[in-house]
Amino acid sequence: MRGNRFGYYIREGVSSIFNHGFMSFASVCIIVACLLIMGSFTLLAINVDNIIDTMESQNELMAFVDDSLTEEQGRALEPVIEALPNVDRAVFITREKAWEDFVETYENPRFFEGLNSDVTRDRYVVYLDDISKMQETYDALSTQVEGIAWVRAHLEISQGFVRIRNVVTLVSMGLVAVLFVISLFIMSNTIKLTTVERRDEIAIMKMVGATSTFIRWPFVVQGLILGLIGALVSFTLEWGLYQLLAQQLVSGAGISFLSVIPFYKVSIPILIAFGVVGLGVGVIGSSLAIKNYLKV
Amino acid sequence: MVQFTDVFKSYENGTKALRGISFTINDGEFVFLVGPSGSGKTTVIKLLTGEIAPTDGTVMVNDYNLSTMKFSKMPYMRRTLGVVFQDYRLIEDKTVYENVAFAMRVIGASGKEIRRRVPYVLELVGLDTRTRRRPQELSGGEQQRVAIARALVNNPKLIIADEPTGNLDPARSLEIMMLLQKINELGTTVLVVTHEKELVESFSKRVIAIDAGKIISDGMDGYYSYER
Repeated sequence: MRGNRFGYYIREGVSSIFNHGFMSFASVCIIVACLLIMGSFTLLAINVDNIIDTMESQNELMAFVDDSLTEEQGRALEPVIEALPNVDRAVFITREKAWEDFVETYENPRFFEGLNSDVTRDRYVVYLDDISKMQETYDALSTQVEGIAWVRAHLEISQGFVRIRNVVTLVSMGLVAVLFVISLFIMSNTIKLTTVERRDEIAIMKMVGATSTFIRWPFVVQGLILGLIGALVSFTLEWGLYQLLAQQLVSGAGISFLSVIPFYKVSIPILIAFGVVGLGVGVIGSSLAIKNYLKV
Repeated sequence: MVQFTDVFKSYENGTKALRGISFTINDGEFVFLVGPSGSGKTTVIKLLTGEIAPTDGTVMVNDYNLSTMKFSKMPYMRRTLGVVFQDYRLIEDKTVYENVAFAMRVIGASGKEIRRRVPYVLELVGLDTRTRRRPQELSGGEQQRVAIARALVNNPKLIIADEPTGNLDPARSLEIMMLLQKINELGTTVLVVTHEKELVESFSKRVIAIDAGKIISDGMDGYYSYER
């Protein structure tokens, strides 16, 4: 009996898709469009996050050791600095090494004739865990570590990174939410049109004692199949578009420094997300569409 | 068995459709429910089928108390009923056989049960030679027979026929009433809601007459008890 019913749900759901071919096609197109936009913004957010992570790892504080401290005393500050919150690691650089590195950055060393490492200070390059907390770490280094003369930080750059990430994340989340609701609405209306055509049939089903579950399932199956088709089509299109855009970005002039995450690395989560959204839109949309008919 | 005990029904617009009616229909009875338009007949049917709930009082149908029953139990109560409407309410794109089988399929009957029961019921209503026809290929009387077959196929305890002959000529109307009487003789309780005086008079059956939401007569006196 159960298998019999399952077969009935599938048959009815599939036949309804074909009986309302144009509406089915329209709802799949809408799901595809919404998922493509959602997916594109999600991929953009993932890539921005990745770029910021890379930049974060390269962004550091420079803490200069007080001139009155010897090199040994300066080196002794390392555990104190590393014990501060948000500090990943601190690398000590002697004034000699710092001077060497500085001179090497210029093509003509004659500019620095008559000068030596005494004009520089011993220092720490301080790497952070979280770029958004740079200000707090800057303050802690400046005030809590005895022996640090001053700290140099590109706070505006770190704040810029954080702002970009926040904006992209917010826009992506907002778009995902709005597009999910739009997809839901359209799917629900598509199936509602089907139910309007079949309202007499549904009324007869209620009259002879069909349960709400029995009436609902063919419509849910219909939504589920449409959602699944939409998810698969949009995943394939997203893959192709991403590959194309990634290729253009990597090989494009002026922006070749950008690193783009290969699609295969995110394909499984994207496929799962598309599947969940597609099925969710299908099932919830169809359930909403049929709800009013089941109240009697 | 049907039992109405002091049933009141008021709609949201303030209309008082039923004003404390009580009656009992025992298993195996054949009863006519008569009354003018707006008397409350349709409300009685809607209460019996669980489409609406009473404002006050108790409605019992085949051991289900509809006044207190959970909504989730409604389908199971409805399986003890068969309802026939004036406008037949058949599915146009299904054949006669499919229309009747549909009523079994949607309550989860197996293919084997359907293949056994549907031909029997179609033979009972005299449509065994028209199983592959679609509703629009049938006469009004035949369509109503399909509706009766559909109401009968799940072996209900009670058949409710709401103006079953309203769209038929007198000869076809009589045929339908004879069919309902035959079904009653086989053990099913039948409640017929009708306006047709001559039809009611043709059968010596119990007649419940209602007017303005109240029962004005209940007995074997025929249609005239409503007119007095």
